[in-house]
Amino acid sequence: MAPNTVLRMEHIGKSYYGTQVLKDINIAVKPGEIHGIVGENGAGKSTLMNILFGMSVIHSTGGYEGSLYIDGTSASITSPQDAMALGIGMVHQEFMLLPNYTLTENIKLNREVLKPNPISRVFGDNLKSLDFATMNRDARSALDRLHINIEEYAQVAGLPVGYMQFTEIARELDKKNLKVLVFDEPTAVLAESEADHLLNAMKEIAASGIAILFITHRLGEIVEICDHITVLRDGTHVVTKPKTETDVFELAELMVGSQMEAADQSSRDTSQRAKLLEMRNLVVHMPGERVRGVDLDVYDGEILGLGGLAGQGKIGIANGLMGLFPTTGDALFNGTPIALNNPKASMAQGFAYVSEDRRGVGLLLDSSIELNIAFSAVQNQEQFIRRWGPFTQLDSGSIRNHALQYIKDLDIRCTGPTQLVRRLSGGNQQKVCIARALTMNPKVLLVSEPTRGIDVGAKRIVLDALRRLNQELGMTIIMTSSELGELRSICDRIAIVTDGRIAGILKPNDSDVNFGLLMSGQQASKGA
Amino acid sequence: MSTKPTPSAAPVPRDFSARSKEFFVKHMVTIMFLVLSVLGFILSGMSPFLFLMDIVARVSRNAFLVLSLVIPVMAGMGLNFSIVLGAMAGQASLIFVTHWGVQGLPGILLCMALVTPLAMFLGFLTGNLFNKTKGQEMIAGLILGFFAQGIYELIFLQLVGGLIPMANTTLVMSSGIGIRTTVDLTNGLKYGLDWPGQFWGNDLLLRPTLPWTVLGIAAAVVVAFLLYRFVLKGKIPSISHLVGGAACLGIASWWSIIQIQTSSQINWIRVPLLTWFVIAALCGFILFFSRTKLGQDMRSVGQDRHVAAVAGIQVNRVRIIAIMMSMVMAAWGHIIFLQNMGAFSTYGSHEQIGLYSVAALLIGGATVAKATIGQALLGVFLFHTLFVVSPAAGRQVFGDAQIGEYFRVFVAYGVIGVTLAMHAWKLLIQNRAKQQL
Repeated sequence: MAPNTVLRMEHIGKSYYGTQVLKDINIAVKPGEIHGIVGENGAGKSTLMNILFGMSVIHSTGGYEGSLYIDGTSASITSPQDAMALGIGMVHQEFMLLPNYTLTENIKLNREVLKPNPISRVFGDNLKSLDFATMNRDARSALDRLHINIEEYAQVAGLPVGYMQFTEIARELDKKNLKVLVFDEPTAVLAESEADHLLNAMKEIAASGIAILFITHRLGEIVEICDHITVLRDGTHVVTKPKTETDVFELAELMVGSQMEAADQSSRDTSQRAKLLEMRNLVVHMPGERVRGVDLDVYDGEILGLGGLAGQGKIGIANGLMGLFPTTGDALFNGTPIALNNPKASMAQGFAYVSEDRRGVGLLLDSSIELNIAFSAVQNQEQFIRRWGPFTQLDSGSIRNHALQYIKDLDIRCTGPTQLVRRLSGGNQQKVCIARALTMNPKVLLVSEPTRGIDVGAKRIVLDALRRLNQELGMTIIMTSSELGELRSICDRIAIVTDGRIAGILKPNDSDVNFGLLMSGQQASKGA
Repeated sequence: MSTKPTPSAAPVPRDFSARSKEFFVKHMVTIMFLVLSVLGFILSGMSPFLFLMDIVARVSRNAFLVLSLVIPVMAGMGLNFSIVLGAMAGQASLIFVTHWGVQGLPGILLCMALVTPLAMFLGFLTGNLFNKTKGQEMIAGLILGFFAQGIYELIFLQLVGGLIPMANTTLVMSSGIGIRTTVDLTNGLKYGLDWPGQFWGNDLLLRPTLPWTVLGIAAAVVVAFLLYRFVLKGKIPSISHLVGGAACLGIASWWSIIQIQTSSQINWIRVPLLTWFVIAALCGFILFFSRTKLGQDMRSVGQDRHVAAVAGIQVNRVRIIAIMMSMVMAAWGHIIFLQNMGAFSTYGSHEQIGLYSVAALLIGGATVAKATIGQALLGVFLFHTLFVVSPAAGRQVFGDAQIGEYFRVFVAYGVIGVTLAMHAWKLLIQNRAKQQL
């Protein structure tokens, strides 16, 4: 290990409640170096940064393994304040800015320059006046280092996002002891020209002797500016390479890894079939999963996978089709337009949805299994209802029989149809969600993150159930998942969503490189 | 490096109609009340003299109390309905000082000194409660007022005369237990601050007539401004400053001298100068405070608790301090209010304080999220204008003063509901705009 490293992380490991999420990570950064860290969601990037930043989520769950060295001396970081005192700065992915303050006030937030006045001499430092002249001067010099020529006394509210990002960076630069600066997906929200400007600024910051840790999934940017690149996958340290020895294709492959877990089903060529669903310029305003214009065709009777990294918009598509978030654009079902922004109309068209937010919108947690299964059909299709003139009554007998049938079919492990759904395990809750969707007799089943938070055995059962539905009933399924391996095991086609758009559509047996490239916003190599 | 982010920050220039529309929407409440006040004044047929006399008295007595609401708004805690507790503390101190027989200005100062630690303690408790009910401070404060009413009644209806000995036949009920329903401050604390000279046998000390006050204030403001620029900042006053100052002074002296010369009725209006000084001092303090470290922390917390906490600001502590300051100001404000009224209903005077003050602040154009000194003062003026003119206007138009009164009550409380609804609606729009980013 070179003696002049500013930050050294050795054998870092972390487990949450017995699950190892990070093991044996070794990273060393020299002053003035830009070190890129890439990995899929869940690869452990944010856990690693939380350790470096002393976040309470780490220390309230038993700390971490391994050791950290700052400037060659062992450091113990147990709170963000410790990290800041040691000269570690972080540019957050979400802005930590106060919109009604000026740039200066934001840059100097809680680090204001003070000057005494007669009242403060009596009542203490808290009543010292703010020295705006000095604060403005400091802010100006930090902004100048970034070549931002907007006035330091402008209000943050109403600035383009790019400026907000730079304001955050200026705040870190203004801290005089800054040694290591972490950028967490800084270009995700920027326009292209702004991103270029940011990369240039990062190079200049590094040139002034500050080490930079750059976390991103945009491989092009990594290769452009980093000196060394570390790849993480599933919590393990895959490799650290100098930039000169690698390229985008290799990184893409390393990032995705070989996940062909059970692609036993030879995927069918469905493109000759009739188009069941056509989306044209679909825009969904789902916070955090914005869809910015999707054109996609779904063929009758296929299983279509929607993959991609978190926050890129894949989850937004199903939510938009079901009318759960404001949506614009066109969607045709069998050639007739779907009324958007209207969940009831979507369900009447024959859509059923298994939400990614199982405990939030997917289930009535404090109701029984049988009511959960029947609920949507009761509300929307008047199934299981007896009518007495203007009054209606639930037909509890048929609800019971129906629930018992599904408990048997889907193998829902429970004490009986009246058990509260809250008491079920994740996998069994998921099965209840699917049973409810099937009760609606849908033509298209939208399934989001069906295996999130459930154990391996249950995963298999859920996936098999989906495949059986497709094969036996010919049901068209659109499955959204963050786990590429799972998509590749049952889908006919997989559309990768990046930056709110379809980056490309691949076969399950396409190469890892192509999947990795599409997910990081690059064009797939030929042969896709 | 030559690439720069494309600047799209410059506001798009808009035409006059769009801007004026925005102005009207933004100041809707204030404009509505301005129109109502002017209309009411014309309909009432009141003489300007009577109107001015009433307004000077009412604004002087109420301004301090309304100003006490400004700091919690700054700290993002909304409209502090819990000032009712401060008012109760103020009344308690007035009762005891009246009992001890300390009179005039010294009595008022003693009241303020006594009530300060009590109000700070109540503010500390209230602040802690608000920290446990974040986001619901307003309703919590409102209910807290009702709750405290019970304790207040227990103390002054049951304990005084019993556990708390008080041998005073004018204050205590004939049974010997409990304070009478009305406390009379005449010949004691009444006008202690408004007419301080009274205590020393000179009734006119610090009670100049309105024209002289206007003249004096105009001169003082102009001189202070020029001195500030010249002495403190070392800048030589520019021509425009000199001309502007001279114009202000000229207009003020022209009006004042005409009034004094013609010895019109306006000369009968006397200004409680010391009270005005106290209000001005509070305004000055709030301005100064908002530019201190603690004030900046409050504004940070007020905008976004999470961001402030991440930056290392002790959010809960700052919020408690804000409520403590507001509580002390409210207690002082209520003392100022009651020394002008001259008598108060022991178990009722404080009840309406929260609602009245909040309504006044909102009428001035303040919102749950933003309140300034100017808005507070303008609000007090408009609120009381409506108070003064509505009964007279109702009598003139409908032949019944009550109808004007009904209308005033309806509008004054309606404004609280409307402002809260508008604030919620604005937040919704903002959130939607945020999602569009």
